[in-house]
Amino acid sequence: MDQLISILLGGLAAGMVLFIVSVGLSVTMGLMGFVNLAHGGFAMLGGYVIVLTMKHWGLPFLPALGLGFAAVAALAVVLERLFYARLYRASELDQVLFTIGLVFVMIASITLAVGPETQTVVLPDWLRGQTDLGFVKYRSYSLAIIVAGSALVVGLWLGFERTRFGARIRAAVDNRRMAESLGTDVGRLFTLTFAFGSGLAAIGGGLGAEILGLDPQYPLRYLVYFLIVVAVGGLGRVTGVFFAALLIGVLDFVLKIYFPKGGTLFIYALTLVLLLWRPQGLFGRRAS
Amino acid sequence: MTAARQLAERHRFKWWELLPWAAGIAVFFAFPNYLAFGTQLLIAILFALSLDLVLGYAGIVTLGHAAFFGAGAYTVGMLAQHLGWNEPLSGLVAAALVAGAIGLASGYVLLRTHGLTLLMLTLCTMALLEEAANMGAAFTGGFDGMPGLKFAPLLGLFPFDLLFFRSQYLYALLVLLLCFALVRILVYSPFGQSLTGIRENLLRMHAVGAPVRARLVLAYTISAALAGVAGALFAQTNAFVNLGALGLERAAGVLIILILGGYGRLYGAFVGAIVYLLLEHALAKAYPTAWQIGLGVVLMAVALYARNGILGIGDALRRRLGGQRAP
Repeated sequence: MDQLISILLGGLAAGMVLFIVSVGLSVTMGLMGFVNLAHGGFAMLGGYVIVLTMKHWGLPFLPALGLGFAAVAALAVVLERLFYARLYRASELDQVLFTIGLVFVMIASITLAVGPETQTVVLPDWLRGQTDLGFVKYRSYSLAIIVAGSALVVGLWLGFERTRFGARIRAAVDNRRMAESLGTDVGRLFTLTFAFGSGLAAIGGGLGAEILGLDPQYPLRYLVYFLIVVAVGGLGRVTGVFFAALLIGVLDFVLKIYFPKGGTLFIYALTLVLLLWRPQGLFGRRAS
Repeated sequence: MTAARQLAERHRFKWWELLPWAAGIAVFFAFPNYLAFGTQLLIAILFALSLDLVLGYAGIVTLGHAAFFGAGAYTVGMLAQHLGWNEPLSGLVAAALVAGAIGLASGYVLLRTHGLTLLMLTLCTMALLEEAANMGAAFTGGFDGMPGLKFAPLLGLFPFDLLFFRSQYLYALLVLLLCFALVRILVYSPFGQSLTGIRENLLRMHAVGAPVRARLVLAYTISAALAGVAGALFAQTNAFVNLGALGLERAAGVLIILILGGYGRLYGAFVGAIVYLLLEHALAKAYPTAWQIGLGVVLMAVALYARNGILGIGDALRRRLGGQRAP
């Protein structure tokens, strides 16, 4: 029983990291239909900012996370205005090419600037060790990630469902033309969500460095996972992505323990079947 | 020349279409030490050509085309390793059949979707095959693949040598010529025209009663079979197969080659493969990071400014300099 709970907690923590990284991708893809394969690159850059500022500047963990968010969000705005904006009406193929090119540049720049080795996060004291939950003892850090992820999904849900800004995003995801003709500036909306989503990915990259690892190949290695989470969760659906991320995270964790060789095979097969059954994702709404 | 005549005559054979093949034979005599590289180049051209059929002509955006390359490579690899079936030509046929069957089966279910879902599904199919090849170590050699494959001499006369690649090069050149002829006939046939129609205006093709999905599945199947032949050539000429034949990197690589040369045109694959592999040969070993940055920047620039690749730039230049038409 204890073992079952700890496996579940480990899977949940991995799922939360997947959620924090992927949620921005889901919203931006839903808004503009932009196939952004470079999203994992933003997570990697954020992870590096966080890990390196902690290591070299001695920044504490939380301010480092904030800095990672800000730095990557700023970079995202620049890239969005300079390049992405030109490709909104381009074909998927052009978007795929551009973002693959961007990933290559990101990977090579990090390899050049920092080196190809894996980076490790030095956790602050209050996140080390184990926490006693009464019924089971588990790693404090994983528990903290679960708490942070849950808080984030509640916050995002409130932002989406209860604010005017969120209503605009939902309107634009469901019917962009209609939203535009009602006076919503979808371009500006996109810039803001793109920056925010990339910033969240940065935090996910830093928080998840313990679990997913952090090295220059990160964006390509996890690309399929991020895309699976978004495709299964449905485009532009925060709660959908949340459940999809938890599902994939727990499944992956459990399968890796019990079937270390064939686990990933099962996840790919499941995704295939799911997407054939519901092309709009498990939680997505059918396009009108 | 009027537009109508140009349209009517564009499938006619032009004298300059002999040049690539003349160059291919010239390379054989002029650079006997570079035939291993030349063989890889020919295989890359064939692979990119197969992708052009679905991506350039039918407009199916796929990220998983290496699935079929890998299927072909593993087919000849496993036949040679486990059944001792090492006759190269029949191996090519077997590879084409297996890859084509996978293309038919996956195309039949996948091509009802489009956009991001289709992209994801092609990616997942490839990842699935890659994992299967990784897991089925007893058949596929798992992570290490199958090194040191033995193949019988071509036609019983020309053995493959791994030092000079003389027979491999001519073999690949000949197979490429045959496959190219097939693709050339296909794209100018009514079938090819209807593929272009589907790419350009899906709704209208439905409206005029074209069997859209059947056409797409057929194109996908043929393309898969050709990619399988490319993969089989790869395994036979190099005498090994490993997981690299199936991965995202190979799928992205062939996409880059095709886009760089120019898609939706017969010779884009040739130009793209030559430029890409020459640059890679010159830069990738010596300056791997610089190569990756350069590649990334080129990709971004192509997506932003030069959607028709190198051949497209050539066309634009010729138009600007007062030439009359694009070939």
